[in-house]
Amino acid sequence: MRATRARAAFPHAHVPPRRAFRPSAAAVGAAGRGAMFAELNELLNASPQRPEQGKFTLLRDTRTDGSFLVHHFLSFYLRAGCKVCFVALLQSFSHYNIVAQKLGVSLTAAKERGQLVFLEGLASCLDMLFGEEEEEQAGQPRPLRFISESTSDLRALFDFVRTSLAPAAGDAWPGRVLLLDDLGVLLSLGASPVAVLDFIHYCRVAVCSRLQGNVVVLAHGGEDSEDEENELVVTSLCHHSDLILWAEGLATGFCKDVHGQLKIIRRASLQPGGERDVLQTYQYKIQDKNVTFFARGLSAAVL
Amino acid sequence: MAAPATGGAAQGRGAPSFQRKVPAGSSRLAAIAGTRPAARHGQLLLSSGLPSLDCVLGGGLAVGTLLLIEEDKYGVYSNLLFKYFLAEGVVCGHDLFVASAKELPTNILKELPAPLLDDNYRNELGEATAVKSEDFQDFMKIAWRYQNLPKVEVSPTSSARFGHYYDVSKTMSSELLQSIKCHSFFLPEELSLQPTIKMCNMNCGYARLLQSIQKIIYQEGFDGSHPQKKQKNVLRIGIQSLGAMLWGDDICSTDNPEDTHSLTKFLYVLRGLLRKSLSACIITVPAHLIQNKAIMERVTNLSDVVVGLESFIGSERETNPLYKDYHGLIHVHQIPRLNSLICDVSDTKDLAFRLKRKLFTIERLHLPPDLSDTVSRSSKQDLAESAKLLSSGCGAMAIGKKHLDF
Repeated sequence: MRATRARAAFPHAHVPPRRAFRPSAAAVGAAGRGAMFAELNELLNASPQRPEQGKFTLLRDTRTDGSFLVHHFLSFYLRAGCKVCFVALLQSFSHYNIVAQKLGVSLTAAKERGQLVFLEGLASCLDMLFGEEEEEQAGQPRPLRFISESTSDLRALFDFVRTSLAPAAGDAWPGRVLLLDDLGVLLSLGASPVAVLDFIHYCRVAVCSRLQGNVVVLAHGGEDSEDEENELVVTSLCHHSDLILWAEGLATGFCKDVHGQLKIIRRASLQPGGERDVLQTYQYKIQDKNVTFFARGLSAAVL
Repeated sequence: MAAPATGGAAQGRGAPSFQRKVPAGSSRLAAIAGTRPAARHGQLLLSSGLPSLDCVLGGGLAVGTLLLIEEDKYGVYSNLLFKYFLAEGVVCGHDLFVASAKELPTNILKELPAPLLDDNYRNELGEATAVKSEDFQDFMKIAWRYQNLPKVEVSPTSSARFGHYYDVSKTMSSELLQSIKCHSFFLPEELSLQPTIKMCNMNCGYARLLQSIQKIIYQEGFDGSHPQKKQKNVLRIGIQSLGAMLWGDDICSTDNPEDTHSLTKFLYVLRGLLRKSLSACIITVPAHLIQNKAIMERVTNLSDVVVGLESFIGSERETNPLYKDYHGLIHVHQIPRLNSLICDVSDTKDLAFRLKRKLFTIERLHLPPDLSDTVSRSSKQDLAESAKLLSSGCGAMAIGKKHLDF
């Protein structure tokens, strides 16, 4: 107890001492079975048996593709037994399904038993534009209505999220999770940045506060990006997130053995107590069924 | 995504997206001409028309994806890649859909390069005297028992190879084109035919093009809506110079365009159409003209494969001795990760292309060694510039202007 108080009193940022990160035997064993990214669970100190509640996690990527984090969180929360609403705007269902099967989770089975509500943005948009007239009048929900109509607010999408995660009698899933991939597509399709921020705010209130669930959002964008609207949204979300996972490409260029660097920022400053944010940096290499993490400069190819 | 070749087709219910189904026996998807399954995830791959570009892309272009080419300054080489893609479709027997706002699609199809057949190819490449096949036909001295056997005809359209070479100096014969179904979309004609329609507040030209593509995909059954069709085929869509002013979009002419979302909405809907059908699309975009870089970033995020061409025509690099063997550089900005966590990306990031003796090749950029006794200042400057150029791997990086002087 006394040690933690002394550390909190130091004025400079708290960065844990660098140590060679060796994954524990349990993590290696779990990885061998193809169960999400066990090493990432260790780094985040998370486990499917006791998922956190009421957290907003932001996944960022710069100069690289951070979608492996989305696959991790999807399989993590399905394993943890939470009800997941996945708004997948950029890829088709079978893409996520095939990757999730490699990680040991079946999305079709989860959908059938009601644990997963999947909104495939591409298919929904096509149905809306080229669908039959009768379907429109039947009052089918059109979550992506903002594309075709002049109102640029994302109310219909929020209604979809709220109804899919609403507590229903008889469902066996205690937790609630909203997963969104990815945020830049909403801006590309004509939503204004303020509308996107409003939507995220409404989702946070509905999911994190009222339902004690979690929200995980993926957003692209870097510091030197020219897309100002995207930067506005991402910076604003950074201030509101409890946990930020930032995947960056290496500053030195392409490397076959180290695919990028992951910064884990725990926003302890948002908690009462006013501590500093904790920043940890690891490098990673993506493999077929797993992602290995190691401390900077200690890649297996170098050692 | 188009189902993997081993999974078999699952069009029984007319499902909107291909789903993996337990194979009931046959793997019908593997029988489509001109395609092959990828080594890693069984994804169906098409050839882009250039075998060297196929290597760069990790085997080929996956069915259901979009290849975006950022045009070079005068559009010379991007036009060539566009034609290679369509010519490959003709040789493999795929259906074509050509859309353009500035050239009649029939004229584009008339100028496709001719494929190099096997014996012609050998003749083209061989420096030494290649033995012509006609010599053998006259008289066999040793293998005289085989004199009267029927000769094997190699017809150009029945080559089972994946990826063909083309001769840019000759145009494809019209007999080859007759056997292919070509759909065309010429914007001035289409706009004059029917009144303008409003779709998602998108530019009218883009909306008409989307309607046209969706109609062809639905009517010809590329999305599995006609399961009784026995022979499955792939649709190759080619859209030339999308985003240029001729399409009615002003993103290439002003810094603050009136509608920044038309092009991105178009690409999103097109992505949906491609993902749910057996088709692949090539789009050339005059990226050097688009001043609002945010739009290009969004366009890149919405495309699957993004390749940028930078030709040396007219720039000071044309006469630079460092680049004397090449005609331009190729930047691969993005390769998709389809159905897996990793992608088959090649390790070389410094690629250059040249159009040599009617063949277009993409190679690793090799800087020639600096063998002069006195290394002059100007060549050092060029080395620094080219070192900066060679650095882009994961993306842009900060390199100082000074280069280390040893």
